Amino acid sequence: MGLDKPYLDIPGTTVFDTEQAAAGYWLNQFCMSLMKVENRERFLTDEPGYLDEWAMTGTQKQGVLDRDFNGLIALGGNIYFLAKIGATDGQSYVQIVSSMTENDAIAHAEMMVNGGRSPDGNRYLHEWENRV
Amino acid sequence: MSARITGAVFTSHVPAIGVAMDLGKTAEPYWQPLFTGYEPARSWIQDNPPDAVILVYNDHANAFGLDMVPTFALGMSASYEPADEGWGPRPVPSVKGHPALSAHIAHSVIQQDFDLTLVNNMPVDHGLTVPLSIMFGQPDAWPCLVIPLAINVVQYPVPSGRRCLELGKAIRRAVESFDDDLNVQIWGTGGMSHQLQGPRAGLINTDFDNAFLDRIVTNPEAQAAMPHVDYVREAGSEGIELVMWLVARGALADMAGGLPPREAHRLYHVPASNTAVGQLILEEATD
Repeated sequence: MGLDKPYLDIPGTTVFDTEQAAAGYWLNQFCMSLMKVENRERFLTDEPGYLDEWAMTGTQKQGVLDRDFNGLIALGGNIYFLAKIGATDGQSYVQIVSSMTENDAIAHAEMMVNGGRSPDGNRYLHEWENRV
Repeated sequence: MSARITGAVFTSHVPAIGVAMDLGKTAEPYWQPLFTGYEPARSWIQDNPPDAVILVYNDHANAFGLDMVPTFALGMSASYEPADEGWGPRPVPSVKGHPALSAHIAHSVIQQDFDLTLVNNMPVDHGLTVPLSIMFGQPDAWPCLVIPLAINVVQYPVPSGRRCLELGKAIRRAVESFDDDLNVQIWGTGGMSHQLQGPRAGLINTDFDNAFLDRIVTNPEAQAAMPHVDYVREAGSEGIELVMWLVARGALADMAGGLPPREAHRLYHVPASNTAVGQLILEEATD
């Protein structure tokens, strides 16, 4: 019997489990390196060169260059690690988080002030089948 | 006289709340209602100052990357420095520990079959420093000793609500067998509903949060039975942090056959950044 992963049935959500962590190991460890100011500066000076120091896949490196956070999460990244890329860019969590949604940062912040995204219609994959 | 747990504080630890304080923005219209809401808690802690706080929180990829992912990590040190999470370290005081109490908790809790990871050297991130800022404001030095207890709620599998509640019960037994006259509080932090990733980011579930606030007070055993997937589906992928509140709740007297605690304060506010904010104070009955 395989492992039970009931969380795979939630739309727009990737749970960072041990399988995701294995796929994203070097991507996330690269992100950890950005906790040092000298590494943040070195990364911003030559992003492709800095990324080549890490055993990441080409797709992961391109995702970093594109700041494609949804793509990076699918490739094993975790938001708390990826947020260090946003921090290096001087971005807030609202800016980083909103980039993964249908809203820009201003519309996202406004949605939050108005009570956030409702769970209604957002609990199960089948509820998003006809989402545009 | 031995050490005793006198109360529990439960609070969200949203990093933006710390940023608002660090940048002097708490009087701005966005933040002012929340900080006004914190005033009763700040007043309560002035009237009920702890000698030491066991602070249950999660590290957000700062002390622990993917090199090591401990499920329950107990700080053993005399001091802990604020982490540089990528924006530079928060301008807050160093956190002073209580190595003797840490060592005692390690002995007692591991012998109660909880396999704690003992950590002598770790920076502490917003998960630990924001609750201190919320409760104590901006002092030159934190007015109590702190024992960090970091729970893995970032990489699945994470510990169950049941396991967290039972850990709290074990911590109570540990504190009560520490042979020193010490007023100890236990704080459970994180939550409430929030999701920081993917197209569903921004999820807030007020009904879930308020039901959780009720149940953590009146029926923590029932709350402990809730499976992880319910937190993720209903309260967002990062809403799972709420299991950490069960550690603090498990350490109160009624979980060991004593009197139920008294609710001294409750706050619920949406939003702080991407997150619903909750705060609850339960103090032990005195007779």
